[in-house]
Amino acid sequence: MSSDTPVIELKSVKKSFGPVEVLKDVNFSVRAGEVTALVGDNGAGKSTLIKGLAGIQPYDAGTILFEGKPVELHSPRQSADLGIDVVYQDLALCDNLDIVHNMFLGREEANAGVLDEGHMESEAANTLTSLSVKTVKSVRQKVARLSGGQRQTVAIARAVLWNNKVVILDEPTAALGVAQTEQVLQLVRRLADAGKAVIIISHNLQDVFTVADRIYVLYLGKMTAAVKKSETNQADVVGYITGAKTQEVGA
Amino acid sequence: MSNQNAIQTGNEGSFLDAGRNYIARVKGGETGSLPALLGLVILATIFAVANPIFLKPINFANLLTQTATVTTLAMGLTFVLLLGEIDLSAGVTAGLSAAFLAITMSEYGVAWPIAAVIAISMGMLIGFLIGLLVAKVGIPSFVVTLAAFLAFQGLQLVVVGKGGLIGIDAPPILAIMNTPMQLAFGWILLAIVFLSYLGTSIYSRRQRTSSGQQNKPLGILIFRSVAILVVGAGFVSFLNLERGANPAVTSLRGVPYVVPIVLILLAVGTFVLNRTKFGRHVYAVGGNAEAARRAGIQVSRVRITVFMISSTFAGIAGILMASRQASVDAAAGRSIVLNAIAAAVVGGVSLFGGRGRLSDAVIGGFVIAVIDNGLGLIGLASGLNLAITGGVLLLAATADAITSRKSRTS
Ligand SMILES: Nc1ncnc2c1ncn2[C@@H]1O[C@H](COP(=O)(O)OP(=O)(O)OP(=O)(O)O)[C@@H](O)[C@H]1O
Ligand SMILES: [Mg+2]
Repeated sequence: MSSDTPVIELKSVKKSFGPVEVLKDVNFSVRAGEVTALVGDNGAGKSTLIKGLAGIQPYDAGTILFEGKPVELHSPRQSADLGIDVVYQDLALCDNLDIVHNMFLGREEANAGVLDEGHMESEAANTLTSLSVKTVKSVRQKVARLSGGQRQTVAIARAVLWNNKVVILDEPTAALGVAQTEQVLQLVRRLADAGKAVIIISHNLQDVFTVADRIYVLYLGKMTAAVKKSETNQADVVGYITGAKTQEVGA
Repeated sequence: MSNQNAIQTGNEGSFLDAGRNYIARVKGGETGSLPALLGLVILATIFAVANPIFLKPINFANLLTQTATVTTLAMGLTFVLLLGEIDLSAGVTAGLSAAFLAITMSEYGVAWPIAAVIAISMGMLIGFLIGLLVAKVGIPSFVVTLAAFLAFQGLQLVVVGKGGLIGIDAPPILAIMNTPMQLAFGWILLAIVFLSYLGTSIYSRRQRTSSGQQNKPLGILIFRSVAILVVGAGFVSFLNLERGANPAVTSLRGVPYVVPIVLILLAVGTFVLNRTKFGRHVYAVGGNAEAARRAGIQVSRVRITVFMISSTFAGIAGILMASRQASVDAAAGRSIVLNAIAAAVVGGVSLFGGRGRLSDAVIGGFVIAVIDNGLGLIGLASGLNLAITGGVLLLAATADAITSRKSRTS
């Protein structure tokens, strides 16, 4: 399971938009092989924290340690090069392309300039198989024809295909029904079991308690709790989210 | 080895299964150019019944040369349409290229191959500038290319001179549209087309087999090969029939030179779209530009490149136009861009981006030309063919809008 050094460690990161402080001295760490849930009310700063890690919106101040070493994250490229991948809430898939094309988007394999469809196809199929995906019938289906859960599956499988160390999922179950939520959560679990550090943002505490190992709570830009799932309960977490309860996470 | 993966590739099953899958896809809205092909058959039947001249070799050869310019323009435009953009300037770019071709040859004595390269390069440069304004400055392509459409008409007037006409007399340029190839060349052309199809198909089957992937049923390859041979042979032997008005004096038979030119553009363009990273990125940007950007695709580079391709095809279309008319006037190319856009859309290229192929543009080009040609033969008032072309375009655009809405909301 988890080794001692976290894959990512944020120390006192700050972010403001004009006069509004959105992240106030936030500490955050994620470990390989664990699912780390990030929860908090609307506007608490969850997406802002994630955008910093994705390199889309750099933090104003603070330290980022990647596998113990300080790094800068100023562009999506830098994050991608470190092996940090974000599955956005809107998924960012091309509906007009098939599953293989989407999984390899921007990183197509070619031989002497000619796309190597056969190889990409078997890699995509193997990745889906390794994640025990059973809902997708053919890798040559157009993404437009997939259900919400299947689309989520493709987006996650894409992150896995590239052997990323950190996979960040922004509300992966928000638009899904019961059965599909269940499947996606199982997939999230398998990612962590395969040794990846997984960060999941969710408003659904039931999902969080199903899948997460650790729970971080943001409240108005401050990290008010960092607890192991085994040492807390839903009522406490609701308390942290609403600000009724705090567990100072400082040093 | 496909059973190693529980997940299929869509290549499984027999020839009949493949047929059923195709029908299912068509029913699901992925019709491609099928409606245009059906329309073509219906229109051709109507016109053939109404006026037997429609089916004469001379008319068929005319049809080919009539469509060539519009089809070439439409193939270039397809790249732009695939991004959900538009290029209203393609026609006048063709006109301007034609004017440059004529002037460099007639006034500066430039040899025709160099003049042709200059004309095509000028098209490419225009596309680069348009692409820059669209991709880097962020002006909608409709506005940029409308401005170019207006400005180039003026430029053309200045270059050619009001009411002016520059003649073309370089025989090789004139030959493209006006002289047929020797009879044997038609058969050689068919052999090349057939062998390239067979070669690339066998190559990609080998590649798939070597990486342990399922191939499509062999029946499809055989079916397509036979189709190419039968249709191609019919086509070549028909064009090899005598079609001269007075064969005793001048014999006119053989495949026009423009046919291999259009086929090469079609083959190269299709290869680029289907088999290269750039082509894949064109579809990706057209399908979801934001997703493409996040995947690390340089979206503005793709944008600029498609405008360059469109204008380069326009440059080539300009040469075809000059060849057909044996001259270039101040208004050359002004009216053809709308026909070219109509051709692409009627053929099945989506105006919303991300969907369509170059072959769609070719088939659409035929539909537009057949309407024009057939109604002319029937002797209907000339206003009517515009109205009918407009109606067909509207029909195609309606189908496009419904398909696009279906795939967005599903
Ligand atoms: N680009 C921006 N400019 C100005 N303010 C911003 C910007 N992005 C976010 N904010 C503000 O920062 C705060 C935190 O936003 P953020 O999107 O991180 O919240 P969140 O926790 O993800 O909320 P939700 O659960 O609703 O997604 C909000 O008050 C928001 O209005
Ligand atoms: Mg958010």
